[in-house]
Amino acid sequence: MKTTNETNTPVVDERQSVSFGNRDKDFSKEPLCLSGRGVTRVFHTGKITTVAVDHVDFDFHKGELISIVGESGSGKTTLSKMLLGLLEPTEGEIQFRGKPRDISTGAKKREYWKGIQAIFQDPFSSYNVFHKIDAVLDDCINMRGGKNLSKEEKFNMKVEACSFVNLKYAELTNKYPFELSGGQMQRLMIARIFLLKPEILLADEPTSMIDACSRATILDMLLKLRDETGMTVIFITHDIGLAYYISDAVYIMEHGKFVECGKPDKVMLTPEAPYTKRLISDVPKIHEPWDLSTVDMLGNEKKPEEKKEA
Amino acid sequence: MAKKMLEVKQLTTKYITRQGEDVYSVDHVSLDIEEGKSLGIAGESGCGKSTLALSLMGYYFAPLHYVSGEIIIDGHNITGLDPDVVRKTVLGSEVAYIPQAAMNALNPTRKVGKFIEDVMKAHEIKMSKKEVREMAEERFALLGLPADALDKHSVELSGGMRQRVVIAVSTILNPKVLIADEPSSALDVTSQKMVIKMLKNMMEIGLVKSMIFITHELPLLYNVTDDIMVMYAGQIVERGTAHEMVFDPVHPYSRGLMRSILVPEEGTRDVKLTAIPGTPPNLKHPPQGCRFAERCRYATANCRYQAMPIVEFGEGRTYRCNMSVEDLKEVYAREDNE
Repeated sequence: MKTTNETNTPVVDERQSVSFGNRDKDFSKEPLCLSGRGVTRVFHTGKITTVAVDHVDFDFHKGELISIVGESGSGKTTLSKMLLGLLEPTEGEIQFRGKPRDISTGAKKREYWKGIQAIFQDPFSSYNVFHKIDAVLDDCINMRGGKNLSKEEKFNMKVEACSFVNLKYAELTNKYPFELSGGQMQRLMIARIFLLKPEILLADEPTSMIDACSRATILDMLLKLRDETGMTVIFITHDIGLAYYISDAVYIMEHGKFVECGKPDKVMLTPEAPYTKRLISDVPKIHEPWDLSTVDMLGNEKKPEEKKEA
Repeated sequence: MAKKMLEVKQLTTKYITRQGEDVYSVDHVSLDIEEGKSLGIAGESGCGKSTLALSLMGYYFAPLHYVSGEIIIDGHNITGLDPDVVRKTVLGSEVAYIPQAAMNALNPTRKVGKFIEDVMKAHEIKMSKKEVREMAEERFALLGLPADALDKHSVELSGGMRQRVVIAVSTILNPKVLIADEPSSALDVTSQKMVIKMLKNMMEIGLVKSMIFITHELPLLYNVTDDIMVMYAGQIVERGTAHEMVFDPVHPYSRGLMRSILVPEEGTRDVKLTAIPGTPPNLKHPPQGCRFAERCRYATANCRYQAMPIVEFGEGRTYRCNMSVEDLKEVYAREDNE
């Protein structure tokens, strides 16, 4: 044990902070990474037809951090599944690297997934319970064409990936993912992404199941990853405060449509759409009073028709 | 001075694992709440917030066990009572507990109205079905819930509505202390606001005499409760009024928590978000000295061996650190200027 004579000498000093490099960069001049025109998805359940995503247009540029914000049932997850190629759009076109996306065969799909990867909401169900952490990371190396690397090179890559997310590989090796805490699992997920280095990362509510304190760590790592690799990050969330903090562009989604999009400062501080205004007023704040009178207890049931009129 | 509704003295409870190890997840916790006041409990996951909530009910079931300390509700000591007596006479009428997934507590095969009859029966309250119905209707009207919800099954109600129905049912016996453990974290922002409005309303009209609100969402705590208490590794590390705790935290851990707040307000984008490195200690083998020392930027070698007492300063404020308040504030001020 090392002795410390002076008081106030930090024994642990690895405070992390968010890098502010690309904070106000204009991404509109960057090449397009993923874009969509009139993307629609309709679900049929018996005689009921649900339009989950309704003719949305979007342009995601290289290196940009985009947040898609909406309440439960607004179509965020359906949209993310379409972006990932897990669901086919009923209508509309998605362009990848400026060309129409082709994922018609299994091989093409695998090729596409080398370019787009995801982190999901629930880290506890994101891992194969039978695979050890080493296997999880080895898979990533192999997928990036590292199949023939020596054991030592693979080891070094794994150590690097783990230290990127402040995990110690020595402590993880020979363990199963379920032996980690939620925050650690989510960080391991980011270590995977670090090894895979996809062009696009889709993060679907990656922080909603972990507490506010570990949330800062995860956000920090996502930003670091973006800054170091120039990755496009699509952040799907219902937390408007988080979206405001982290993103370069915000899309507000209501009932399958983007009701407002733009720079976070513009959308959050001077919202135009009534839905955005409501979302912002419903979030508790610390410098402004939280007006509880705006909710009507009986008007709980959501009525889309009425909202459209408003 | 207002009457104390809840007084907890040095409460310690433990979990016994399958391997027979003791995990003290609530360790000598003392707190009190006055009539009409609410107390928020903040902390990371695994800090013992929810265990404290369970322990405060005085009803213990394996693997949670009572070790020592006292719980006094409105002058009535409920520690050491027989579990059956606690269930019938304390739960519901003295203390009510709302867990995070309260909405799943409704019986899916019974209509809400019938479910309330069951609740009354379980508490051995002699009332005819008609009386129960009238009482339930009256209560629902008072809380702004639609009366037709009583004739619905739980699946017919939305998530937010279910949560509010469960809150209304669990407070139907006018408990003196309401413990709400993350009652709104599974809901979207609008439903969350409705739940909070209802809880505040219940406090105002006196249906509930005092409230403990547990969450890790600090902006929410700030807006809901009068006081905030921060827990770390089973112990209380700081307590103060909501305003003091958010804008002027003293303990390094509280300060770390307050710096992780994210709100859509002007200026938040320009402030660096700081995370506390590391994870809470494993309570199977708690650290000998200060439990936060491992992760504290200001910790000295001494901190790791010296047990930290809880120190009182100012009016009703306490903290657990061996640095003086002045020293800590000085360090913080220097840091902010950097």
